[in-house]
Amino acid sequence: MNPVIEIKGLTKYYGTKEIVRDLSLTVPPGMIYGFLGRNGTGKTTTIRVLLGFEEPTRGETRVFGEDSRRLSPATRARIGYLPEGHHVYGWMTVAECGRFQASFFKSWNQEIFDAVITHFRLTKSMKAGHLSRGQCAGLCLAMTLAPEPELLVLDDPALGLDPVARRSLLQSMLYVTRRPERTILFSSHLLSDVERVADRIVVMDGGVLRADCTVDQFRSSVRQYILKFRGLPPPTPELPGLLESFRTDDQLAITLANPTADTEALLAALNPVSLEPVEMSLEDAFVSYVGERGEKTFFIREPDKK
Amino acid sequence: MSLAFSILPASDVPIFRQVMQQVQLGVVMGKLQVGEQVPAVRVLAESLVINPNTVARAYQELIRDGVLESRQGRGVFVAERRQDFSGEERGIRPRRSAEQLCHEAILLAASLPEARIAVDAAWKNLRDEVQQSQNLKSKKP
Repeated sequence: MNPVIEIKGLTKYYGTKEIVRDLSLTVPPGMIYGFLGRNGTGKTTTIRVLLGFEEPTRGETRVFGEDSRRLSPATRARIGYLPEGHHVYGWMTVAECGRFQASFFKSWNQEIFDAVITHFRLTKSMKAGHLSRGQCAGLCLAMTLAPEPELLVLDDPALGLDPVARRSLLQSMLYVTRRPERTILFSSHLLSDVERVADRIVVMDGGVLRADCTVDQFRSSVRQYILKFRGLPPPTPELPGLLESFRTDDQLAITLANPTADTEALLAALNPVSLEPVEMSLEDAFVSYVGERGEKTFFIREPDKK
Repeated sequence: MSLAFSILPASDVPIFRQVMQQVQLGVVMGKLQVGEQVPAVRVLAESLVINPNTVARAYQELIRDGVLESRQGRGVFVAERRQDFSGEERGIRPRRSAEQLCHEAILLAASLPEARIAVDAAWKNLRDEVQQSQNLKSKKP
C-alpha cells in the first residue's frame, strides 16, 4: 500500500538555528502514530512542513504521494489538521463555527459534527469565546472530523484538557480509525494516552528522530537491570547503549537501550549476587531515553519492519 | 459476559498483558466458562478505550497459551482448560508479587504473621467467589 506520509531527509532551519535534522519517516495507511518528544524538539515544525505551511530547508515531504509544497486542494481536503492551541473565532456560536468550517469543504458530515459536539457536552447556541479549554478542543475536533478526512494530524490535542475530555478525545480517535484506511498522526506529552491508542510511536529529540517502533518494542528496548552486591557495587563499566546508572550502598540500577546478550554478559561479569531485568513503564522508558543523562547515539527501530 | 475489565496505562505491565491477565483471571474465577464467547476485539477495545490491535494481540497470545480458541468466522471462545505455565514462570511471578506485598507490609509496619493473615484471607475470598460463581452457573438450566 502507498504510504500516507513520506518524509525523506527533512532538515529545517529557522535562520541559523537547526530545528529538524535529516528526518526520514514513512507512515502507512490505517495506523495511529504517536509523535513524541520534549518541547522544542521539532514536532510542530515537522508537521508544518508536512502540511505545506513551511518550506523545507533540505529534503522532501509527501502526503498521499504529493509534494507538501504543492498540495492540490483535492489532497488538502483529505487531510484534517488540528493545530496546537484550539483556535476559534470567539464571536461565533458553536453552530456558526460548524457552518463556517463546512463552507471550506466539499464533503461535510453534519452527523459527525453533531455527535462530537454532544460527546463534549456542547450545545449549538454556545458562544465559542465562552467555552472552556476542553469544550473548545471538542469544538475544534468536531470541525476537524466532520469533513471525514483520511489523514488526521493532531498537534498536541490533549493540551490543557481534563481527564474526561481527554478520554473523549481518545474515543473519537478510535472511532475515526474504525475505517481501516484512516490514519492518525498525533503529538502528545501524555504517554498514558499514547500507550492506549497508538499503534506505533515516533520519538524526536533535539530535531533528530530517535525511535520509530511499537510501544511494546520501545518498552522492551529500554530496559533496566537491578544488580545486587554484597557491599559496594563496582564502578559502572563501559556499556553500549548506557542511558542511566544509579548506585546505592549495595545495588546498581543500570538502564540500557537495545540491550543484547553481549551487554547482559558484561553485566553478569560484574559478579553481582543477583541480576534482574525490570519492566519499565512507557513513561519511565521515555524519560530515560530522552532525559538529560546518558549518550544520545541510539536508534530504536523494529528489527523486522514489514 | 460479566467481566469487569480495567486498564492502567501508566503501569509497568504492558496493556496487552493486563488484558491477558484479566481474561485469565476471569476464566480461573469461573466468570468466563469454557465455550463462552469473549467480546469482539473492536467492542472490547472501544469499551476500554485502547487500540484494537492491543486487544487482538492479547487474544492471540491467549490463543497461543491455550486459554482461548478462535473458531473460524464465529469469534473467540474460552478453550478447554489446560495448565500451561513454565516452571520458571510459576516460580518467578508469585515471588515478585510476594516481594511487593512484603514491601507494602513493611511500609505499614505490619508483622510477617499479619501479612500471612492477609494472604490467607485474600486466598479464601477468591476461593469463595469462584465457588459461588460456579454454584450460580450450575443452577442455571
